[in-house]
Amino acid sequence: MTKRDPLFAIKVEDVVKSYAEVMVLRRIKFSLQPGEVAVILGANGAGKSTLLRILAMLTQPDSGSIDIYGNDIAKNGPQVRALTGSVLHSPMLYTDMSVRENLTLFAELYRLKNIDTLIEKNACKVGIQSRLDHRVRTLSHGFQKRAALARALMHKPQLLLLDEPESGLDSRSVSYLENVVEEYRSSGRTILMTTHIIEHALEIADKAIVITDGYVHLESTTTCLNKSNILSAYSHTLPKTSGDL
Amino acid sequence: MRESLAVIWAIGRKDLLLETRNKDVIVAISVFALLVLMIFTFAIDINQVNAKLTGPGILWASIAFAGVTGLNRAFALELEGNTLEALMLAPISRDLIYAGKMLGNFLFITAAQIIVIPIFAVLFNLAVLRWEMLVVSLLTTIGFSAIGTLFAAMTIRVRAREVMLPLLFLPVVTPLIMAAVESTSHVVNDSSWPEIYQWIQLAIAFDIAFIVISAFIFQQILED
Repeated sequence: MTKRDPLFAIKVEDVVKSYAEVMVLRRIKFSLQPGEVAVILGANGAGKSTLLRILAMLTQPDSGSIDIYGNDIAKNGPQVRALTGSVLHSPMLYTDMSVRENLTLFAELYRLKNIDTLIEKNACKVGIQSRLDHRVRTLSHGFQKRAALARALMHKPQLLLLDEPESGLDSRSVSYLENVVEEYRSSGRTILMTTHIIEHALEIADKAIVITDGYVHLESTTTCLNKSNILSAYSHTLPKTSGDL
Repeated sequence: MRESLAVIWAIGRKDLLLETRNKDVIVAISVFALLVLMIFTFAIDINQVNAKLTGPGILWASIAFAGVTGLNRAFALELEGNTLEALMLAPISRDLIYAGKMLGNFLFITAAQIIVIPIFAVLFNLAVLRWEMLVVSLLTTIGFSAIGTLFAAMTIRVRAREVMLPLLFLPVVTPLIMAAVESTSHVVNDSSWPEIYQWIQLAIAFDIAFIVISAFIFQQILED
């Protein structure tokens, strides 16, 4: 097992990713300390979701290196996945199974013990206790997202990756999400999320990373930022080099 | 080892649970195979001589073609909910995902054969319900599931996957179908076990090769 700098929860160095001729991420570089809640901001198509998919190990970068809690993700896949919980765009649940059946399946895949207790506890955290025995197909988008969040929390990951977690959620669902974020912050674990809601990002996160044109254009603590700083970073376009496309 | 088997069983059991609710795959395989058998019984004047000659080939061709429809459906379910990615998020080796999906496909094709083979025996008036046939059937289904799971995963994101899967699957399983047809011919002709076993050996060799190669390639497919 390749162990590197454990001081960082995430250390991303020069990550490049392109789809066909379109370069989505160009030498992305940033790091997060354990216990930080960070938010990735950027206009549509900036590469936020691609970056999160790379960190969740669903997409391979073309080049660059990523360490998660000292583990190189290229070499220690299963160890990194055990440390990471992810809620991406789609809930990724079996719609013809109940929420409980879905959570049980994933608890078995993560080789967890006391599965029934864990399910009850995490369902309570996201407010889906009353829907545990409902088939996912019958649930609203908001409840499906909450169920996906419960699945991501089941193995108590050190790092939580959330891709626009508040999209399609009502205010009550958002408050459950905020409780989870607070719990993570207070227990010294790390969250990296993407969002389009700048005000909410500044409120909830300790650090903001703005991606523009596939580069990290701005990386700062949220106390130093306001909405206009971020919007001006969105509109900043870097000059294209001949090798970019 | 026990933990790995538990993971494989969890994935296979999940596929079975979904199948008991949707009844898509087993019904599709069984009905398709029975339709092929029925067409051949009408197209060919079945008598005791040509039934032994043509029956084994018709049986395994129908199961192979019907199996493709089931394999397509089994992976389509993972695509609908993007759930293959959920499996990929778990801290398990990609081999275990392959083995779990293969187990599910093996169970579906086996269940369909439990329906199809007795009906074949009646339609062609052949004595196939023997333990030797059980061995032939199990080994052939292992090979079908091993290679079928791989190709179903390869074609999952291809737009014309219903066309691509049989184009990839059928040529590769042809040696296995040959072994199944020859050993079934020996079974219906009441041959001795050593005569059947020479073809069984071929099926075992293909099964081992298919499983090892497919498990390796499956990892590469998921990573890409």
